Amino acid sequence: MNEDIYANYSKGDKSSLIPLLQDTQDKFGYLPETELNDISDFLNIPLSSIYGVATFYNQFRLTPLGKNVIRVCRGTACHVKNSVNILQALETELKIKAGETTRDKFFTIETVACIGACSIAPVISVNDEYYGRLTVKEIPKIINKYKREMKKELSNEIESVGA
Amino acid sequence: MKSFLEIKFKNGFHSPENPVEEFVAHCTNPSLSPEQHSEIESYISQLKYVSHDVPLIFIGMDTSGLASGGGKVKIAIEDELSNLNIVAKVIPTGGIGYGSIEPVVDIKLPGQDRIIYGDISPKDVPALLKTTLIDNKIYEKKVYATYGKTDGKLLNLSETPFFKHQDRVVLKNLGKISPDSIDEYIATGGFKGMDKAIRLMSSSEVVKEVLDSGLRGRGGGGFPTGKKWELALKQKSDKKYIICNADEGDPGAFMDRSVLEGDPFQLVEGMIIGAYAIGASYGYIYCRAEYPLAIQKINNAIYECRKYGFLGNNILNSGFNFDLKIKKGAGAFVCGEETALIASIEGERGMPRPRPPYPSVAGLWGKPTVINNVETFANVATILNNGSKWFSSIGTETSKGTKVFALSGKITNTGLVEVPMGVTLRKIVFDIGGGIPNGKKFKALQIGGPSGGCLPENIMDTHVDYESLKEVGAMMGSGGFVVMDEDTCMVDVAKYFLTFIQNESCGKCVPCREGTKRMLEIVERISRNYTKTGDNIDALHRFKGIIHLKRLAEVIKDTSLCGLGQSAPNPILSGLHYFKDEYDEHIFDRKCDAKVCKELLTYSIIEDKCSGCGLCARVCSSEAIAGNKKQPHLIIESKCIKCGMCVETCRFDAIAVN
Amino acid sequence: MIELTINNIHVKAEEGMTILDAAKSVGISIPTLCHMKDLFPTGACRMCIVEVDGMRGLTPSCAYPVMQGMNVNTNSSRVRRARKTIVELLVENHPQDCLVCVRNKNCELQDLSEKFGLREHRFAGEKKDHAIDISSASMERDPAKCILCGRCVRTCNEIQKVGAIDFTNRGFKSNVTTPYNKGLNVSDCILCGQCILVCPTAALREKSSLKEVTNALNDKKKYCVVQIAPAVRASLGEEYNLPLGSNVTGQVVTGLRRLGFKKVFDTNFSADLTIMEEGTELINRLSNGGTLPMFTSCCPGWVKYIEQNRPNLLDHVSTCKSPHEMEGAVLKTYYAKKMGIDPLDMYVVSIMPCTVKKFESGRPELTEDKMPDVDSVLTVRELVRLFKMAGIDFDDLPEDNFDNPLGESTGAAIIFGTTGGVMEAALRTAYFKLTNEDLPNLELHDLRGSGGIKEAKIKIKDTELKVAVVNGIGNVDEVLDEIEKGVCEYSFVEVMACPNGCINGGGQPIHQKQDKVIKRVQALYELDSKSKHRMSHENESVLKLYDEFLGEPNSHKCHEILHTEYVDRKNSLRKKG
Repeated sequence: MNEDIYANYSKGDKSSLIPLLQDTQDKFGYLPETELNDISDFLNIPLSSIYGVATFYNQFRLTPLGKNVIRVCRGTACHVKNSVNILQALETELKIKAGETTRDKFFTIETVACIGACSIAPVISVNDEYYGRLTVKEIPKIINKYKREMKKELSNEIESVGA
Repeated sequence: MKSFLEIKFKNGFHSPENPVEEFVAHCTNPSLSPEQHSEIESYISQLKYVSHDVPLIFIGMDTSGLASGGGKVKIAIEDELSNLNIVAKVIPTGGIGYGSIEPVVDIKLPGQDRIIYGDISPKDVPALLKTTLIDNKIYEKKVYATYGKTDGKLLNLSETPFFKHQDRVVLKNLGKISPDSIDEYIATGGFKGMDKAIRLMSSSEVVKEVLDSGLRGRGGGGFPTGKKWELALKQKSDKKYIICNADEGDPGAFMDRSVLEGDPFQLVEGMIIGAYAIGASYGYIYCRAEYPLAIQKINNAIYECRKYGFLGNNILNSGFNFDLKIKKGAGAFVCGEETALIASIEGERGMPRPRPPYPSVAGLWGKPTVINNVETFANVATILNNGSKWFSSIGTETSKGTKVFALSGKITNTGLVEVPMGVTLRKIVFDIGGGIPNGKKFKALQIGGPSGGCLPENIMDTHVDYESLKEVGAMMGSGGFVVMDEDTCMVDVAKYFLTFIQNESCGKCVPCREGTKRMLEIVERISRNYTKTGDNIDALHRFKGIIHLKRLAEVIKDTSLCGLGQSAPNPILSGLHYFKDEYDEHIFDRKCDAKVCKELLTYSIIEDKCSGCGLCARVCSSEAIAGNKKQPHLIIESKCIKCGMCVETCRFDAIAVN
Repeated sequence: MIELTINNIHVKAEEGMTILDAAKSVGISIPTLCHMKDLFPTGACRMCIVEVDGMRGLTPSCAYPVMQGMNVNTNSSRVRRARKTIVELLVENHPQDCLVCVRNKNCELQDLSEKFGLREHRFAGEKKDHAIDISSASMERDPAKCILCGRCVRTCNEIQKVGAIDFTNRGFKSNVTTPYNKGLNVSDCILCGQCILVCPTAALREKSSLKEVTNALNDKKKYCVVQIAPAVRASLGEEYNLPLGSNVTGQVVTGLRRLGFKKVFDTNFSADLTIMEEGTELINRLSNGGTLPMFTSCCPGWVKYIEQNRPNLLDHVSTCKSPHEMEGAVLKTYYAKKMGIDPLDMYVVSIMPCTVKKFESGRPELTEDKMPDVDSVLTVRELVRLFKMAGIDFDDLPEDNFDNPLGESTGAAIIFGTTGGVMEAALRTAYFKLTNEDLPNLELHDLRGSGGIKEAKIKIKDTELKVAVVNGIGNVDEVLDEIEKGVCEYSFVEVMACPNGCINGGGQPIHQKQDKVIKRVQALYELDSKSKHRMSHENESVLKLYDEFLGEPNSHKCHEILHTEYVDRKNSLRKKG
């Protein structure tokens, strides 16, 4: 049990389910099965219902994400400005499909209904950084930037382990 | 500087515990002793940015501003200020709602007009600050308008093309004031409507005022807001709830977010008035979790209102108790539907429930509940303040007031526009929106979100009005307004919306769950090429499906449980109605003139233009491009999967699409 | 009273009544799929839509109340077209393997397809693709056949309150499944099978044991014997179109003999035996300060429930095996010895109204030296399939009697098949044992009927015994919570997992008259009232069994053969954080 999460909620309060799932996901990056079991006990809701809620909403995920989350806006404005091609380019570049995570766990591609930055369509966001008025040509540059960061982080880690 | 709360009044110290009835009135219209009066007067003139000692720099920092680089501009400005050793006040505001010129920076020197600069990048910052703050000149390169008088080429904001035809009621404060300061909101006339309602009017008088104003729900259906409130007021119940639907989910709509981020107090005020009108003691703002900035602003607004005694017990010493809380939506378009939203707040899967009972009678936890969207609530305070007569003087016979639209797509000026009901679509597209960029031809306007319709050029003289839009096969919706040009394929657009609806269908009722899937499959087959797969059955299904498409669409419309399903066939029905030729061309000629439906296209390399750089061959995922270095390349038709990556990558326009 | 017009017929209806019910009251039937009597309408399937003058779209009649002056049309071309399209949409996302489906000719989707005259596939396309879940010992889940009406979900959550399955995902990907799509065997499911009874298609069904039973019958070395549960005789006739509540004991016995069973016994025999054991256990607990209240243990669904959810309270459950397991145990010991049969060659089949009994018969605790007390369990539905395959027709079937000694029974045993029956039977005997007198009134009407929790107070000599009957597992938590809080006043509690008891068990016939199955109870009470003996301690064969073999009730030997133990399943089911 994560006391820090549960402290804000009262036992057995069914309406706390979604906020609790959100807090859990904020903490772990996804919804681990063991946590869902705890929530089931805490709120006295069958695990099946919790699983039903967790699989209903777009926000929740049951598997961990990659270190960099790329969100491709599939809003109407982005669509008419060919966001399909942007998505395809990302998929080709990273060799994964939308909703998947690369094997090295560096990247996850997600599509979102609308980021709400329609005036700079087509848009993607990587973590909290936005990239607007994108063209396919810029995709490799963006990905490489994050790849370099990841590699740097990795070599730092290796160094610190070595030391 | 002391806040309003800290300035003592003759009636004593106002606090949530000891509220003073006339608090709001005193803040802006003080009948106090001369020295208190002058203290307040001077505070108000500071809040309104009339008098100040140091230069003020305003930066549009809503999501849209941040996405275009507003955050980096702010850092650059702060760095530059310390480099130059200049003392100035940097004030983050909401967005002005004109996406095409973001990021927006306003600069106001003491005693001078507030000047608006657009499209500022960090690179502009040194020159901008030097020109304006040191040289005391206007930075001509990026100047857009002024809040002062029109002076030669420099227009007052309201006279610029994008703003000229707008009538900003809901958006009036956007980009102007700090969304974090309750005092600033009060100083610009905020909470007067709430004050009037609670102090001077009974619940039923407030309901009547809203009823008389003719305000209709801005979330889509257009149900009269006053009627909803009246029904809820009539219910006898120990508890009632008021909910703001801020789960803006239409792809292509962002007006609610802009209001939440730029003027959150206006929404909270509207909700307090609504709660008072129906007798609700608790309220929820159901906001998308994807709007973290909006949530932060609203939370701050709620916190401030509690501090001032506008939320909590005995509001303004009236005996009325009301409090408010944010519920973060977890991502489901269907939760825009009232009953699904209620299910979601109750902690369940957001699936709609049959009506009756209507939420106004039995909603959240079975109690009477009023649900309105952000724009609706944002109108309420002004209606109370200015009176129902004023509001109903704007607009048409059946649709009163203004409507906010989010202009996007293939249009020159993107952003938020607020127009009086009754203007023509043409005016919005061509006068405010500035028409289609790059010399392209207008093809269609998609209005009303995924459940709206696509309207062609000859329908553009339709007036913005709930009934007129419905008549032409679209709907007001929440305000998505996406313009499409000749490069947009209408079959593809229908496919796009059906995919969206299909992904967002909750799956509860059969027609929506199964029916939209089948509609999507039928439309997908239209633009599929079967020559390669040799799948004759699917080709046969293509014709079969088209024959039954209309009937299926009608049944889905007729039988679905909620508004999402009932309106899901609209893109198809309006498409078949207005763009039948384009459908026929796809079906019979197997052609897509807009060159969007890739399976119907063939790609080839124009030898004269190809430099043989090999870039296209490298990006081709199906190894369909061959050729020697520095020699013209060739596309192997049988291998080509028509992804179009080569076209996107080619720097010489050497790839032809037919 | 509200007046309205339905199909030009003038109708008077009570306020608050739905259009559906109002139409029914004048003989107009409207097709439904998601509708469940007495539960709040969900409005999901849209089958019941009707045309109401002045309404924009079509109106779901199951969810819409009648209104004064309403003009309703349930059969307009618009309505028919919409209903037909909905059926078509459901059919297009269904495997359409009717000819090899267990619900062939007993399927609501098939009925609707026929009713609306579907003749071609107009909306063919992608179909959902889900694996069959055969992990549990009792049930199979075939989500590809599910039409998402939600009746199973509501039964599991709102009626049984077990919460093993729920809707997952959404839109076209919607499904009804267990958490993480795991097997039912590792879910919270208690295998009661109530969901099977409400499933319109074969998405939920029992796990068939027909093959192993026919193999045993064909095996010349095997000595196949069979027993039937009390509730079976009151329901099986329905599969032969007899009226609800027909008693077909004699025909079933004949039919089973014709199938090739060497002996046909009655589980009622060991119901009486159960009363002797359980009654004695209760008296012992009462007089020796044992754990109270004591719960009955006849219902394996209930036992599975408490093992999974409240293992801390397992001491409260009687250690008696369930009746058919006792019967099996007695057959393989006493009877086998008496008849000179090697118990390893004996094959015991139980015909049960129940799906959990299949799971129960496989419990290691109910297996002695690798020899299970009961080898196979067939539901009523499976037995009928065997009968029909064998050409056994009820029309001209003569009646026959059970074999003895495990065929004799009293009226007390017969009412085991309904809620409150075990308690009533136990009290009849316990009262006698404690007072040496018969209960003043053998019929305890407080304990009969469909109430969720039924209470009774019985004065025995100077003490007053407070007992309760829990009808349906959805009501049991209330009592369990009371025990945990230390405020429970009952001494003895009967629990049956299925609402109304075994007569409405998950293994019973499935048909459209599901809301009328309560009529089966009458057959049982009638058999009881007509019985020569109505108290278990009057069963002479049982008394003889004690005399010749077991000794006293609750003797050491009884414990070896007739009692069992339970396991904590809570912690083995779930991963904890």
